[in-house]
Amino acid sequence: MEIPYTISTRPDTGLWNAKIGIWLFLASEVMLFGGLFSAYVFLRLDAQPGEWPHGLLNVPIGTFNTAILIVSSVTVVLAWAALKMRRYNAYWWYMLATILCGIIFLFVKLYLEWPPKFSHYGVFIKPEAREKYEPYLGNHRREEKGLEPRIEITGHLENHEALTDSNIKEYEIALDPVNADPDNPSHDRPHFIPLPATEKVAKIDKQDVERIDSFGPWHSAYFASYFTITGLHGAHVLAGVLVFLYMWLPVSKKVYQRNPEHLANRVEVSGLFWHFVDLIWIFVFPLFYLL
Amino acid sequence: MSLKAFHIIFVIFSTLLALGVGAWCVWVNLVDGAPVYLAGAVASFASAVALVIYGVWFYRKMKRLRIIT
Repeated sequence: MEIPYTISTRPDTGLWNAKIGIWLFLASEVMLFGGLFSAYVFLRLDAQPGEWPHGLLNVPIGTFNTAILIVSSVTVVLAWAALKMRRYNAYWWYMLATILCGIIFLFVKLYLEWPPKFSHYGVFIKPEAREKYEPYLGNHRREEKGLEPRIEITGHLENHEALTDSNIKEYEIALDPVNADPDNPSHDRPHFIPLPATEKVAKIDKQDVERIDSFGPWHSAYFASYFTITGLHGAHVLAGVLVFLYMWLPVSKKVYQRNPEHLANRVEVSGLFWHFVDLIWIFVFPLFYLL
Repeated sequence: MSLKAFHIIFVIFSTLLALGVGAWCVWVNLVDGAPVYLAGAVASFASAVALVIYGVWFYRKMKRLRIIT
């Protein structure tokens, strides 16, 4: 049985069916991501002073990934235009470039961006013990300058066994520069190009610690939002890559040989999805990386 | 809306992002005095110009080829 209106337009809507389908789907996606962005805004507005981290993400890496997605939008639209002009070879190369861009984006996200966060720790100090750790927090000076207080000490956890062994009474943290030299005015503002941990190690009594967490989704509302939204976005990128891969493989050439317009329409609706996914990133990037 | 129209909208948003990132880099440079951000600002504004040029080229090409969907 042949599926109707895959190429010709439906008389009552004036469109072929897949185009209506993709726009209904994208409308539901707007609601999904809109809800998550709203949650992010309200969580941020409701955060207590010092509780919303700044400058923890790597801006150059985020910028690179943004450029990759913009390039992929160009290549997918050129792939579609090539099909419209019945230039299958050009389509094949543009589609390959789009797929590679998607894979590079995912590689950067899953290999370079996410994993280091799970080995980096934040030690939240109990309010009554913060004075004891003033050499690492530098809150006296921050209070004088009207800046938000620091409530955690961050860096690499040197003794991982302290997380599970109750006989170990201290956490040993190789401090981030911001806690190694907290009164340095250059640390008043976030560093958008992350600096490596110093060799200065702080010993923090477990009894002074409210909680200790790596920079995973459990660390804070900020990282919970970050991993949820970028994770969901990454899943969309993966879905797009798989669809493009199907359209790039020889199986789709048969569709092209039967009716080139049918494949062009398929590429158009998947290209609309890809543009939507890229547009989401255009909002994610400034929200999480810059502001 | 066709892919062609959505692509033009996407290019407009990308251009706005590039301008925004450029302005953000200028701001960070003014506050912190870090020259690396000045280079970032130049690159961002150059990207914005490139996107505008590409957008115009794309629109004209689609018009010339009469790709209608």
